[in-house]
Amino acid sequence: MNWVILLAPLVSAVLITLVLHPLRKISAGVSVLACAVSFAASVKVFLADGAGSVSAVTWLDYPGLLTVTIGALTDHLSTLMLLIVSGVGLCIHIFACGYMKDDPGISRFFAKLSLFMFSMLGIVLADNLVMMFIFWELVGLSSYLLIGFWFERPSAAEAAKKAFIVNRLGDFGFLLGILGVWWAWGTVDFGELKNSVSAAALPAVLAQNPLAVTLIGLGLFMGCIGKSAQFPLHIWLPDAMEGPTPVSALIHAATMVAAGVYMLCRVFFILELSPQTLQIIATIGAITAIFAALIATQQNDIKRILAYSTLSQLGYMVLAVGLCATSAAMFHLCTHAFFKALLFLGAGSVIHALHHEQDIWRMGGLWKKMPITAATFLIGTLALTGCPLLAGFFSKDAILLAALHNNIWIFGVAIITAALTAYYMFRLFAVAFLGQARSAAVQHTHESPPVMTLPLTVLAALAVVGGYLGQQAYLGQPHADHAGGGLVLWLSVLVFALGAVGGLWLYLRAKSERVHVDIFANKFYSDELYQALFVNGQQLLARILDWIDRWIVGGLIVRGLAVLATVSGEILRLVQGGNVQAYATVFILGVIFLCYWVMVHLQHLF
Amino acid sequence: MSELLLIILVAPLAACLGIAAGLPAKKTALTVTWFNLIASFIVAFKFQLGAAGYQFVSSVPAMSLGDYFDTNLKFGVDGLSLLLLLLTTTVSLAAVAVTPADTRRPREFFILLLLIVSGALGAFLSIDVFFLYLFHELALIPTFILVGVWGNQDRKFAAIQMTIYLTAGSLVLLAGLLGFYFTMPEQARSFDLEAIRATLTVTPLAASAQGWIYLLLLGGFGILASLCPFHTWAPAGDAAAPAPVAMLHAGVLKKVGIYGLLRLAVPFLPAGAQQYVDLFLILILLNVIYIGVVTIWQKELGFMLGYSSVMHMGMLFLGLASMNVLGLTGAVILMLAHGLDIALLFALNGEIRRRAGTTRFAALGGLAQRMPKLAFLFIIGGLASLGLPGLANFAGEIHVFFAAWQAFPWWVTFLAVWGIVISAVYVLRAVRTIFFGPVAADLPPTEDLTSWSQRWPFVLLAAALLVIGCYPRLVLQFVQPVIDGWLGL
Repeated sequence: MNWVILLAPLVSAVLITLVLHPLRKISAGVSVLACAVSFAASVKVFLADGAGSVSAVTWLDYPGLLTVTIGALTDHLSTLMLLIVSGVGLCIHIFACGYMKDDPGISRFFAKLSLFMFSMLGIVLADNLVMMFIFWELVGLSSYLLIGFWFERPSAAEAAKKAFIVNRLGDFGFLLGILGVWWAWGTVDFGELKNSVSAAALPAVLAQNPLAVTLIGLGLFMGCIGKSAQFPLHIWLPDAMEGPTPVSALIHAATMVAAGVYMLCRVFFILELSPQTLQIIATIGAITAIFAALIATQQNDIKRILAYSTLSQLGYMVLAVGLCATSAAMFHLCTHAFFKALLFLGAGSVIHALHHEQDIWRMGGLWKKMPITAATFLIGTLALTGCPLLAGFFSKDAILLAALHNNIWIFGVAIITAALTAYYMFRLFAVAFLGQARSAAVQHTHESPPVMTLPLTVLAALAVVGGYLGQQAYLGQPHADHAGGGLVLWLSVLVFALGAVGGLWLYLRAKSERVHVDIFANKFYSDELYQALFVNGQQLLARILDWIDRWIVGGLIVRGLAVLATVSGEILRLVQGGNVQAYATVFILGVIFLCYWVMVHLQHLF
Repeated sequence: MSELLLIILVAPLAACLGIAAGLPAKKTALTVTWFNLIASFIVAFKFQLGAAGYQFVSSVPAMSLGDYFDTNLKFGVDGLSLLLLLLTTTVSLAAVAVTPADTRRPREFFILLLLIVSGALGAFLSIDVFFLYLFHELALIPTFILVGVWGNQDRKFAAIQMTIYLTAGSLVLLAGLLGFYFTMPEQARSFDLEAIRATLTVTPLAASAQGWIYLLLLGGFGILASLCPFHTWAPAGDAAAPAPVAMLHAGVLKKVGIYGLLRLAVPFLPAGAQQYVDLFLILILLNVIYIGVVTIWQKELGFMLGYSSVMHMGMLFLGLASMNVLGLTGAVILMLAHGLDIALLFALNGEIRRRAGTTRFAALGGLAQRMPKLAFLFIIGGLASLGLPGLANFAGEIHVFFAAWQAFPWWVTFLAVWGIVISAVYVLRAVRTIFFGPVAADLPPTEDLTSWSQRWPFVLLAAALLVIGCYPRLVLQFVQPVIDGWLGL
């Protein structure tokens, strides 16, 4: 059964690419069907509750040295994740049928979407680090292909390239981390690692280098920094919004970017060996959370606001991992997948209806024109901002509670971020959906077709009940029972109310931007900083080295000889008349003579 | 059955005679390369897995150089040479197939091309080291001529530079080989790899002798395989070469350098390798990092591919230098992967030049809109080059990284893994500028690889990359016994 989950999307991707691509509707249908099959199989695996790794194919086998399998590890962590990925994936596949209906490249789109499902499910099922790395890279590829789906646009082409390269930078660390794990414990298999890793009995190599444990953990975490777009490698995610909106929903909000968090939970037993590693993880998560939330307050593109919100929420999950609250992190990953996919699809519905308008200041009054989209978007907004009784409320509180117990500073940052989240989301909602129409396009718009609103409704339902389901699945008990639960609960309701009222009050009747903070609007100048430091720096280095290679290594020595040869060649040509055959003959005779000469001389030497 | 190898070797030469006698050039070349591909696969299917030593052994007694010098023209395959035989036949078929029918002076062109093929085949099939050397030289001469006469851009300079470098390399190599020969005990002197093995497993060469011989061989073979800083000939030469020549040279001939080191240095000179490992590592890291960064700066596709090929040789050398199972296995996979991949990319480079009239990045753009199929194939080749899992190069590189981590201090691997970032930068930059974005102004109307008759050579190479990448054990089963033998496992 496990293989069906993985193979259905692969078969779909291959079939569409090789055979079905001229048939647009059938291609879309096959892709949706494949996703549905994966979902059904995931449900079956979840219900069967069969823990353990099964039926692996051996990819590399060096007994006692390195064994890499392509297997399927189905435990609590992965089966829940399978459900989220394939379930949310299914909603988004269906939505995309409507959203991409008129795009000439729809077959290509669905082939790539299926490739993505294959890779993502591979990460979830991975039973060892190398297999995870393999699918990790494939996910990077599908993300690259989908961001660059409209490759004729320079901005999309640049964004795709940037996403892949920045992710590669993270993978650099991830790979070193994997090598470190293998060096320390002699295996990359999760099952074997779990048995042999313990803080009490560190292998000799680690006992001698206490720093090594921390570095291995940080290496693995670097993979997460890239994939989950944590500070300072966050720069690719907002640009990734150049891809079609269903892609932003599925890959750049609900699933792929959460893979970093999933991976951290998977290898948590290694990370927790080093308190320093955990501290750095928590700090990076907290920085990302507040940094992205601040930027989100000043953006005007609906997808970019949601993108920065995604960054911020991923920061929450990462900081939860750093605080040892992996269940809370996974819980938030789950609820976030529901409501963020919902929000992105809602944004997609609006963008589709307004013919690719993404500026919220050219929307307004959509509440009346698109009631289902607006209502479901409101539910998503409430769920994200932590409105009591909706999904985000529970998972966010679980994280806040963990923070309160571990680190008061991080708790403070998380609370402020929560207030900011409510503020920027209600700003978005007020400007785009409430008030008067701000452009002519809005006047003539109407609700999207059922193929798009149905997934919205399903996701909205999940955003409402996901908190209750997830609490059962991840935490096992209502969190308010914990010490400090009451304080967190009231504080988070308070900051939600503050942020929401603030956002609504400022923007409900606003004609234009009310608050100007340039540094937020310009994303703390991170793109400019990167351009100056890395892009230009790397180009300068490349230029210098190229010059050295051309003129020093290649130049003086070789060109000198070449000139000599050309001159002698010219002289020879006078003698030989430029006959190629003659050159060749002379050359061969020369070589033979040389051989003979060397041999004779060497013979005397011995 | 043992004559099959001889037939494979002689077939291209016979085709040369046929073409010279008036048979249609391209058709004949295509027929013989098809024949060779099929024949080499028959060899692979008949090959006894797990059996040690050479199979299909046959010798030509008339070609023995007698008592002055114990050399014999003797052919055979073990797992390693079998894989390289398959690589050679695959790449040569693709190279012949992508040669445009309207090439200038087609007779001469195809004869020289087939001479390269038989030289490469001879080098990989020879059990005798002296003939390995000689066949490689035989392959180089037509390469120089093809670059110098049929090349593009700066072809004269490129050909001269290539000739000087490779001739110098060959001389250093020859000195090393002769040194190797004469250091062996007098009554047991031989160039026959099996005989050498029999002698040296009993009494290995003295460590001091191993040292200087290794250095000569590393220099000689290193130049052939573009070890930094002896690499400048390679990008210029490959960029100037016509596409089929670049495919055969970068894809197959450069592998002879690695092959030679694997055959001689790994099993017989381990102590020598140990003495110079630090020097070798420095050069390797220069190959990966320094050349990698230089690759980023290239402004023309041919040069970029040439430099990237030099960089990938660094990864290969790294596997070789680690001298352990994972590293040597990785090096072998990378030989195949890089051979197929660079051949695919140079072939597409040629197509772009022919269709768009230029391969300068500045003049190209948006080609994916006009040539989606060509773009698709190029992206597969590019992704293989940047080490994407599922394609062959990754399978090799992951071996090499594990091996380097096992064999060397951590910083070696730390620096080498930068290679995956660097290669992503230059590959994606090339894809971005050539294929994405709006169609470049004043680009002539271009046509895609519209029919299967145009596409199949590229698809063949890409499919091979995919198969090895997804299931590397397919090739590992051939080479594992050989490597275990070298390491005495």
